[in-house]
Amino acid sequence: MLAEIGYGILVIAFVVALYSVGAAVYGERKQLPAVVESARRAMLLLWPLITLAAASLILLLVGNHFEVSFVYEVTSRNMPTYLKITAWWGGQAGSLVFWSWLMSAFASLVTLRKWDRDREFLPWVIVVTSITTAFFLGLVVFYENPFARYWQTPDGQVLTSMFAPLNAVAMLPPDGRGLNPLLRHPGMIIHPPMLYLGFVSFVIPYAFAIAALITGRTDDRWIRLTRRWTLWAWLFLSFGLVLGSRWAYDVLGWGGFWGWDPVEIAALMPWLTGTAFLHSVMIQEKRGLLKQWNVILIILTYALVIFGTFLTRSGVLSSVHAFAQSAIGPAFFAFIGATFITSIGLLIYRWPDLRGETELKSMLSREALFLLNNLLFMSVLVVCFWGVIFPLISELVTGQKVTVGPPFYNRATAPLFASLMLLMGIAPLSAWGKSTVQTLGRAIWKPAVAALVVTVLLDFFYTRLAIALLGFYLVALVILVTLYEYWRGAHARQKTRGENFFAAFGRLTARNPRRYGGYFVHISMMLMAVGIMGINMFQKETQGTLPVNGDLKLGEYTVKYESIAQFNAVDNRQVTRAVVGVYDNKGNYLGELHPRIDYYPDAQQNMTIPGERATMRDDLYVLLVDWQPATATGATFKIFVNPLVNWLWIGALIFALGILIAVLIPDRETERVVVTRAQPAQQSSAAD
Amino acid sequence: MKLKRLVSFVLLALALAALIAPAQRAAAQKPTPSDDDVNRIAHQLYCPVCENTPLDVCPTEACRQWRDLIRQQLSQGWTEDQIKQYFVEQYGVRVLSEPPRTGLNWLVYVLPPLAIIAGAVLLLRAMRSWTKQPSATKSAEPDQQAPKDEYVRRLEEELKNRK
Repeated sequence: MLAEIGYGILVIAFVVALYSVGAAVYGERKQLPAVVESARRAMLLLWPLITLAAASLILLLVGNHFEVSFVYEVTSRNMPTYLKITAWWGGQAGSLVFWSWLMSAFASLVTLRKWDRDREFLPWVIVVTSITTAFFLGLVVFYENPFARYWQTPDGQVLTSMFAPLNAVAMLPPDGRGLNPLLRHPGMIIHPPMLYLGFVSFVIPYAFAIAALITGRTDDRWIRLTRRWTLWAWLFLSFGLVLGSRWAYDVLGWGGFWGWDPVEIAALMPWLTGTAFLHSVMIQEKRGLLKQWNVILIILTYALVIFGTFLTRSGVLSSVHAFAQSAIGPAFFAFIGATFITSIGLLIYRWPDLRGETELKSMLSREALFLLNNLLFMSVLVVCFWGVIFPLISELVTGQKVTVGPPFYNRATAPLFASLMLLMGIAPLSAWGKSTVQTLGRAIWKPAVAALVVTVLLDFFYTRLAIALLGFYLVALVILVTLYEYWRGAHARQKTRGENFFAAFGRLTARNPRRYGGYFVHISMMLMAVGIMGINMFQKETQGTLPVNGDLKLGEYTVKYESIAQFNAVDNRQVTRAVVGVYDNKGNYLGELHPRIDYYPDAQQNMTIPGERATMRDDLYVLLVDWQPATATGATFKIFVNPLVNWLWIGALIFALGILIAVLIPDRETERVVVTRAQPAQQSSAAD
Repeated sequence: MKLKRLVSFVLLALALAALIAPAQRAAAQKPTPSDDDVNRIAHQLYCPVCENTPLDVCPTEACRQWRDLIRQQLSQGWTEDQIKQYFVEQYGVRVLSEPPRTGLNWLVYVLPPLAIIAGAVLLLRAMRSWTKQPSATKSAEPDQQAPKDEYVRRLEEELKNRK
């Protein structure tokens, strides 16, 4: 019964979404506000409807209804309840419902805002968000129904369908297959929602861009309206990426966090265009340039969001043939094609209206450097896109399967990322409008020299590797420039207004949260760069089979095999857990680690969970690769020393702080009215 | 069977080569290869059955056997290139971490730099055209700019004055 209810609601939601599209277009064309209002209400109805459908699905998951094939695929009796709930997005059909649910939530939030003078955008925002929701609902209603059940025909065949085929009887498997063990991890519980939140929230700025194109209101209003949405989207997407990396590091057991896997790249691509967009919209706001380009960027971001979902959902990555056989692959392809062509068509139609208002005065101005930044992000995108697509083209054209792996991406993107870092060092010091070599040189020479001093010190005390020193120089340059810029601002306030330094520091941030939040983000990116360089350039590894009390040395660590034990965990996992002692090179005891292998009988799969010892300097990462069950005397360990990797995670936290500053503190520039109303106490400082 | 034949063929070839090439002889006398030797080569190869998993970290039983095969080949004095070549012949070029630089595969390496150069040229031309634009809006611009960006401008002005 629950399955029928759930499916029924999904069908209704699909129809309501289509109605809201139709009503919005009709109401706008015929100038009937009541019809547009009806479309808006239909849109608002979507979230409660999908919530109900999702609730039915969750009840089925929690209640062990293995007659439902989705429930059978992703849960088993012995899984804890919280995992049964999160199994909602652990499989294809459920994750598509999850996508629509989040999409409808965001669409509702944006439709609930006060539209006042932006009312002309409303119908078209409804159209875009509802079409997107309808597409995902259509996928679950027609192709990937999470409520489909198992039926057995009289000749013993097992079929999967929503309703009973002729003469078939319902089939109830005694237990489910259980969630893929790789996904039974806290990181995997939060990672997909974060990523999806990032994906769907980028749909909002896209919807406004399309609304601006259709209505011809091509000034920067759409950008100002969606600034926060874009920042939230960026925060979610970035965090989705970081959490995914952390999950890979903790669960996949290969000593790293990023393998340039197509699935990772699928999520990185919209991040690249989104990041370029975040920067280039500032040029439009400040200088009235790049209107066409900003629309292109947000169209690309939307297309890449859908494309990313398509890549991971359609099976196209394993083989082009799997794609052709999958039901949803061609549907995705058609949707991406249709929305992309329509968007580009609209853009061409409005092209003349989107010309720049001003001229570019100097090649060293902030806007010119932002353009370079955009070029670099686009270049990384080209490398990523081509690297993901080429194996498909090769298979299609020559039938030959090829792998495009880390060596390709590392070689191609390293210089691009290094250039981006250099830009991050220069751009904050350049002025909007006009900058000359002299003004820039005067501003930058102190941090540049200081960064050089840092690099020389590192050369003496840390590494002689030239490429690493270049990287560290850039990191030091960016951090010092950013701090210097911050200090200059605070110092100027301190001098002119007699504030104490810390008050000046705080006020400065509050006065221009976007700028200073952005600086936090720059610093955090550099910390993350330190982590990434550390693991890429200095990672050490070794492997060996040890008897009990035998040891293995790597770098400054000695790992001693002490014991091993096997036991069953509550969730039916068979755990083989080794105890290893960790010593430094002087023989001092540093603690013990517990690398283990978890065997999941329901999925017949092993998971290799590392023992990790994390410090600011490095991570000791010990894997239990193999052991001899008969004697328990020998075990094979693989050890990694991952220098500096923890700076990546620290950077990620500072990154979130930077974004929150930019999102949560009202921006005086764009929301002057709100600020004066909400914070009369700060009026005086606003006027000074 | 095929493998055995190949191994014996290679061994024969190596034995012949050893007569004329001292370097090959040194390789043939290599002591038992360590796990690290095996992993170094396995790291450069991709699991022939799993998607996008390097052979040194793939946890499947099949990959364990392939690593053992590498160990065996190393102990028989095979060079790194020979082992890679063997895997390519057996399982196709997808076991390599990058497409070999032949035929259509050149596109992988050539297209991104070309696209990036094209992008840079386009950008440069666009920037030039913007700098050459008639400055009709010039007089209006400072007024339009001032309220938007006053704080930043003033901050920068103050800083300039201090120098």
